[in-house]
Amino acid sequence: MTEKTTYRLPIGPIHPALKEPVQFEFEIDGERIVDVDVSLGHVHRSIEWAGTRRNPIQNLYLAERICGICSYCHPVAFSLAVENALDIQVPDRGEYLRVIQGELERMCSHMLWAGVAAHEVGFDTVLYLTWQMREKLLDLTEYLTGNRVTKAITMIGGVRRDITKDMVPKIQETLDYFKENFEKIRHTYLDDKTFKMRCQGVGVLTYDDAIKLCAVGPTTRASGVKKDVRVDQPYFAYSDLDIDYITPDILTGEIHGDVYDRIIQRLLEVKQAIDLMEQCLDKMPSGDIVAEPKPAKLLAMLKKAEGEGIGRHEAPRGEVIHYVKLVSGEENAYTWKVRAPTYNNILPWIPMLKGEQIADIPIVAASTDPCMSCTNRVAVVDRDNKYILNKEELHQMSVEKTRRLLK
Amino acid sequence: MAEKKQLDAKGLVKYFKDEFKTKIKKTTVKKRVVGLEKKESYFVWITIDKSIFKDVIKHLVEYQFPHLAVVSGNDLGKTIELIYHFSLDHGQKFKEISLNIKVEIPKSNPKIETICDYIPGALITEREKQEMLGVIVEGIPDSRRLFLPEDFPKGVYPWRKDGKGMEKVIKNLHEVKK
Repeated sequence: MTEKTTYRLPIGPIHPALKEPVQFEFEIDGERIVDVDVSLGHVHRSIEWAGTRRNPIQNLYLAERICGICSYCHPVAFSLAVENALDIQVPDRGEYLRVIQGELERMCSHMLWAGVAAHEVGFDTVLYLTWQMREKLLDLTEYLTGNRVTKAITMIGGVRRDITKDMVPKIQETLDYFKENFEKIRHTYLDDKTFKMRCQGVGVLTYDDAIKLCAVGPTTRASGVKKDVRVDQPYFAYSDLDIDYITPDILTGEIHGDVYDRIIQRLLEVKQAIDLMEQCLDKMPSGDIVAEPKPAKLLAMLKKAEGEGIGRHEAPRGEVIHYVKLVSGEENAYTWKVRAPTYNNILPWIPMLKGEQIADIPIVAASTDPCMSCTNRVAVVDRDNKYILNKEELHQMSVEKTRRLLK
Repeated sequence: MAEKKQLDAKGLVKYFKDEFKTKIKKTTVKKRVVGLEKKESYFVWITIDKSIFKDVIKHLVEYQFPHLAVVSGNDLGKTIELIYHFSLDHGQKFKEISLNIKVEIPKSNPKIETICDYIPGALITEREKQEMLGVIVEGIPDSRRLFLPEDFPKGVYPWRKDGKGMEKVIKNLHEVKK
């Protein structure tokens, strides 16, 4: 008898089955995955390093560009870290507005993920359906913040834009639309025979593994771990609201920790987000929205201040944590550490993928909703002419601009 | 784990102080009050001596298996400060405590023991500390680089502020015209 040999199969960093640049190296035996190795860093942009060369207010906008989908979570976690370090008290109305923005982003992100998950199993019509629904949320985001993606809503000590009374009906209209259509989405994902066949029992992460590997967010909650920063530790206005842990057994009565449970988890969280936003609109007190409305004054204060703090926020993918150290007399932050949720959800991929088939890689990899952060080129759209700038051209423009400024 | 009494923030500090006496260099408990209902959240910062580091982690895991969020680090001139950000008591509504354990290690001998044997999920962040701060994690199961590419120069640690940092690697585009 000859000994069975295994093969090594590299997938990524750029691969049609993966949303973002990450490289897997699989050891396979026939169709079965024996071992997995993950390598990262293909889109490392030295943001933490760059952040120590900018002042904290500039950092808000840099933090916003860490991720296109979590463009609210990062600046808000950074703000929380600074506020915790320096004991800045956010006005109550500011805290409620922060919850609304946070939950709106969660809905956007989960709907986006739902579409990607459908696409990964080959259900492109469902992708169009969910992303069409998500458009409503993006419209609402634009209405509330002035932009669809990079919202620039966060300020250290509060938020930058209020939600006035005349804006409430538009928010309610969008939420009602989702409530009406929730059943349709639920039916599409959870009752469909094909979805069940592809997702049930696939990519299982056990409760013990989730705890041991420090998984976060819907990935860990779908395995039954009650861990949700919003409920764990009071911050923003979450502690005023009626909120509880969500795990998939609320709907099905049992926990499997498979891909199907992660779908249920995110659908339930969309429902929870709607509820939390409605509660906020209901209970929101009047008053200031930001502790210090004058950025120059705030900056002068930050320059003198000294301290360190952590800011934690439950992003759509899980806990995001920022650590900031400020030194008195220095305008820029001394240290800035960003920990995005996917960072902790990398190791859990290994037990999820082991033993599965090659064809399951896309949906299992996507089921943690990984976010590697992308973008290394820029497309410029000019009504009739569309052209894409490559790295060299973009670079040339940048160099020319530097020269102009130096003159 | 479950039968042990659950400690609050101050109790936690006392527990470590009783256990390790003078080896605990500094402790801070920070309280934040939020919302209309004025709920409190606690941030505990403990600075410990390097010699008891592994023992502290052992005690912590025996008290309750913590969630390790990340390890962050500061370059403090002669020493490197590592901060282990844990959270305890999650799963109980509004009861969670953030526990931040600080340990300083000298640059002349920048070694720290791995905690992967207690908390396997620490691997990613320990690998990152090795490449970003030039710390040597003793006994780490996988010592490859994490984010930095294979051809990144050796002896350059991006978070250092002592000449071993990014200074040599940075190229100002307008200077090199490339």
